[in-house]
Amino acid sequence: MTIFGIPIFPEQASTFAKDVDALYFFILATCALFAVGVSIAAVFFGIRYHKQHDSEIGARIEGSLPLELLWSVIPTIIAMVMFGWGASVFYHLRRPPAEAMHIYAVGKQWMWKFQHLEGQREINELHIPAGRPIKITISSEDVLHSLYFPAFRTKTDAIPGRYTELWFEAQKPGQHHIFCTEYCGTNHSGMIGTVTVLEETQYQAWLQGGGMEGTLAQRGAKLFNDLACSTCHLDTGQGRGPTLKDIVGTTVALQDGSSAVVDEAYLRESILNSQAKIVKGFQPLMPTFQGLISEENLVALIEHVKSLSPNPTTAAPAAMPTPAPAGEKK
Amino acid sequence: MLDKLKIPERHYLNNGHGLASWLLTKDHKRIAIMYLISISVMFFLGGLFAVGIRLELATPQGDFVQADTYNKFFTMHGVIMVFFFLIPSIPAVLGNFLIPPMIGAKDLAFPRINLLSLYIYWIGGVFTLYAMISGGVDTGWTFYTPYSATGSNTNVVPTALGIFIAGFSSILTGLNFIVTIHRMRAPGMTWFRLPLFVWAHYATSLVQVLGTPVIAITIVMLGVERALGFGIFDPGRGGDPVLFQHLFWFYSHPAVYIMILPALGVMSELVSTFTKKTIFGYSFVAFSSLAIAVFGFIVWAHHMFVSGISTYAAMVFSFLSFSVAIPSAVKVFNWTATLYKGAISFETPMLYAYGFMGLFLIGGLTGLFLATLGVDIHLHDTYFVVAHFHYIMVGGAIMGYLGGLHFWWPKMTGRMYSEFFSRIAAILVFVGFNLTFFPQFVVGYLGMPRRYHSYPDEMQVLNVLSSAGASVLGLGYLLPVIYFLWSLKYGQVAGPNPWGASGLEWQTQSPPLTENFLEVPVVEHEPYEYEHIVAKEKHLV
Amino acid sequence: MSNAVAHADAHGHAHAHHPALQHHFDTMGQQKEAAVVGMWVFLLTEILFFGGLFAAYMIYRVWYFDAFAEASRSLSLFWGGLNTAVLIGSSLTMAMAVRGAQTNKRAATVNWLILTMILGTVFLGVKVIEYADKFEHHHVPGYNFQWAAAHEAPAAGGEHAAPAAEGAAAEPHRELALNGDQLQLTTQIYFSLYFTMTGLHALHMIIGIGIMLVITWMAWKGKFDAEYYTPVEMAGLYWHFVDIVWIFLFPLLYLVERHT
Repeated sequence: MTIFGIPIFPEQASTFAKDVDALYFFILATCALFAVGVSIAAVFFGIRYHKQHDSEIGARIEGSLPLELLWSVIPTIIAMVMFGWGASVFYHLRRPPAEAMHIYAVGKQWMWKFQHLEGQREINELHIPAGRPIKITISSEDVLHSLYFPAFRTKTDAIPGRYTELWFEAQKPGQHHIFCTEYCGTNHSGMIGTVTVLEETQYQAWLQGGGMEGTLAQRGAKLFNDLACSTCHLDTGQGRGPTLKDIVGTTVALQDGSSAVVDEAYLRESILNSQAKIVKGFQPLMPTFQGLISEENLVALIEHVKSLSPNPTTAAPAAMPTPAPAGEKK
Repeated sequence: MLDKLKIPERHYLNNGHGLASWLLTKDHKRIAIMYLISISVMFFLGGLFAVGIRLELATPQGDFVQADTYNKFFTMHGVIMVFFFLIPSIPAVLGNFLIPPMIGAKDLAFPRINLLSLYIYWIGGVFTLYAMISGGVDTGWTFYTPYSATGSNTNVVPTALGIFIAGFSSILTGLNFIVTIHRMRAPGMTWFRLPLFVWAHYATSLVQVLGTPVIAITIVMLGVERALGFGIFDPGRGGDPVLFQHLFWFYSHPAVYIMILPALGVMSELVSTFTKKTIFGYSFVAFSSLAIAVFGFIVWAHHMFVSGISTYAAMVFSFLSFSVAIPSAVKVFNWTATLYKGAISFETPMLYAYGFMGLFLIGGLTGLFLATLGVDIHLHDTYFVVAHFHYIMVGGAIMGYLGGLHFWWPKMTGRMYSEFFSRIAAILVFVGFNLTFFPQFVVGYLGMPRRYHSYPDEMQVLNVLSSAGASVLGLGYLLPVIYFLWSLKYGQVAGPNPWGASGLEWQTQSPPLTENFLEVPVVEHEPYEYEHIVAKEKHLV
Repeated sequence: MSNAVAHADAHGHAHAHHPALQHHFDTMGQQKEAAVVGMWVFLLTEILFFGGLFAAYMIYRVWYFDAFAEASRSLSLFWGGLNTAVLIGSSLTMAMAVRGAQTNKRAATVNWLILTMILGTVFLGVKVIEYADKFEHHHVPGYNFQWAAAHEAPAAGGEHAAPAAEGAAAEPHRELALNGDQLQLTTQIYFSLYFTMTGLHALHMIIGIGIMLVITWMAWKGKFDAEYYTPVEMAGLYWHFVDIVWIFLFPLLYLVERHT
């Protein structure tokens, strides 16, 4: 929205943008009511009770318990409404739909790298289809960053050592800002880009044009061989490491008696810190890859493993921030 | 009509001459004056950096200074303003000067610790200034890891050290106030006869004493992380960078209440004096200060809603954050009710009080947007947040400080300043402030991130408005320097009680004696009783 | 407060002031009470100061219990235990010093204070020994840190026992294959906290000894008597506090999973 050509309100480009804005306007109206009310009272009293002569003093009024209760209880109720409404919008913003299309994002000083499952890699640009929910899994290669789409009304920090995520569904074609909103050094304000929302057919066409190395999962398969994962993780299950076929979404028993759900977080941890959650019955032989594998290659490997489970059990993954090295829970 | 008033012969300013009598003083009033000079210097230094920021942001491109330089500007602006101006300001200047006379005491409980706290402030300031001169620091005043631990190649450790040291100044001031208020009240001065200014400082001191040590240890951890290569926050070694945020905000959220509570105390004094009426709901206002101090400790993670904390934790902290808004609202309503059937006059301190009410209202209410989860996701780390906290810090705390300074200046110096110019300055500050910061709410919701050196073209108009307002605001801040200094030599003699105010401090001469009272007062009346006060020496320019 | 404030003479008592009474206090009693409240508030700030480290410790211990246990076992129970006894002893001698001042026994006060300082110095000396050992074994976090896979704690010695049978509430001891990579990383966090916590504690000890020196000198000069020994008492409070911090540090740092 613009006034005399000056933008004063961002576009509502996602399905939940209007929910966020509705809440915003409710709070705005309530606050304006109080602000204006108190200001008018203060100004009015200032005029009406202006001192008439030098030695005049005010009336001796010490207080009023009913009034104190009134103006404590009513704001409390209003605050609770704001909280409740805000919490429910927040909950919606934090729960990507199961069918959301998955994209990976890596923040690094000072650029955003996006990876589509089909293999497309983009820097500071993101092409997405309209009308489909999109889930972005984010991590950082160095310091904290934060991926922000003002037109979609959502953001999440990119934390080194973890995955975080956000989701949105863009309603119609258009172009919108991408910003980094966690200060990250010299070129923090240069870590910006454009998200381009395309009609579904146009998006498909765009997809055809790229991906020199195949899909993300195909790249992961190549890495799986290059890094010698295939020498231990045999499909037959007779190798030195457990088979990776059809394991995504299942629950595995661990050496220490506990169990774990095989999701992206578990896969990531197993690659970076292999001793943390060893499957029961196997020796702790797997090397750790912490520091030896980039974030982009990590997601490729994970996608490859996921591709080995064509019908994954839909176990609800643990809430995404993935733990960093050994066994903590968040 | 008016007797020709004279500055009293003996007072704290002429009780001993020479540098040593000031630098080795035990008099809380002299210490307050030295703090006044020190923080004023820091204020203008921090303000210079703000000028740099607003000059850069007048155009969308980063063309005024380089990105690294800009990053240093906003970092140093924040560090100086928060740690070296706002946190000490009212307590170290007005609190130090006024708490003993307000409670009928001759000095604070520990005068030498008071002096030590001033020395420590100076030493901390020296470290931080050294860090700035020798290259600056660019981590933001929040020092988030891993950037501050390993990413930045600027003077993080000296700056952090300076803040660490200055923190002890704050702790000692708080400690001194707590003991003083508990143990040094004159006979008859019960807790519920204390001026609300004292209640506010008591609550502030609790926060200073309990919160500041936590940032001190956080800085120690950051320091060893950076200087010695320890790995407490290093994700590569299993450390958690978000842990830093928890530890940092555990102090830094209560810190904002250190900055605002004293101003809320000043407000009560101003509103009462210039309505010639007791504060409506005295005990509610007194307890609300304590409530703010307590609740302030349990809301810190509302700065971290998008930092990777769990959905559940976010909900808890959002809920609690609303709790801290209620006592603040209670205060505002009580002050407004005090105006009802008052005898209101609009000398400069009252102009600041009115300005405070409006700006603190907006600042506090905009906090609700940020406490609300669904909206905070969009607003976090945008200019909306910048506008919110400047409304409270500048529109609230600084207006409170200036209002208090204008109110107690005659007591501290024995002189009145020019009412004409002071009113102009107050209006300039109010107008300039709104012009500077209101557009930032709008550009924040549009999505402009904080700490951006350059920004998209379409956001320029709002930024230009903001920069233009900053120049008006700057002028409003410069004027008092001129007329205050002028008043020291040429201002009209004020007499003991030019405003007809209540309070023990107004029963003494202006400027006060070193020992404040010749004989210990015995208190027999409730606070804010105006029936017996006749403003004999009231002056209006 | 109104104009009609009655003035009263605060010096109702007709005795000469104790030389130590400061001018802004009315009585020695008020001065002492102020000192006591002040010292307790200060100790509260110290609790919060150390508290941040304890909080970080607790979080990481829950996340990386194995690494903490391993690292903890590499600490010397002998030296740690000795230091604990030394400090508790020094608190006893400190209390005796306060008693001496309280009962006007100048020589006894001085002697107990000196003994306290000696014990404090012993503590610091032991810490030097321990730190030196850490340096030798490359257990100082940072560039040169090395957690040797074959490292066995001198006190524990040998392989870890097979899992204990039941006791379901306690965490069953796992047979760990010590993977050098993993422990290399997370034991650094343990040692970062170890050095920061004990280092901060040692700094407080050094300051405490410095304070003791001043108090001892004042006692020797006869500045204290039964009516005024507040500085000794306040110094004692500080010293006891530093002792108590160690009482927490010792089990948290030295006694992690030592039962095996």
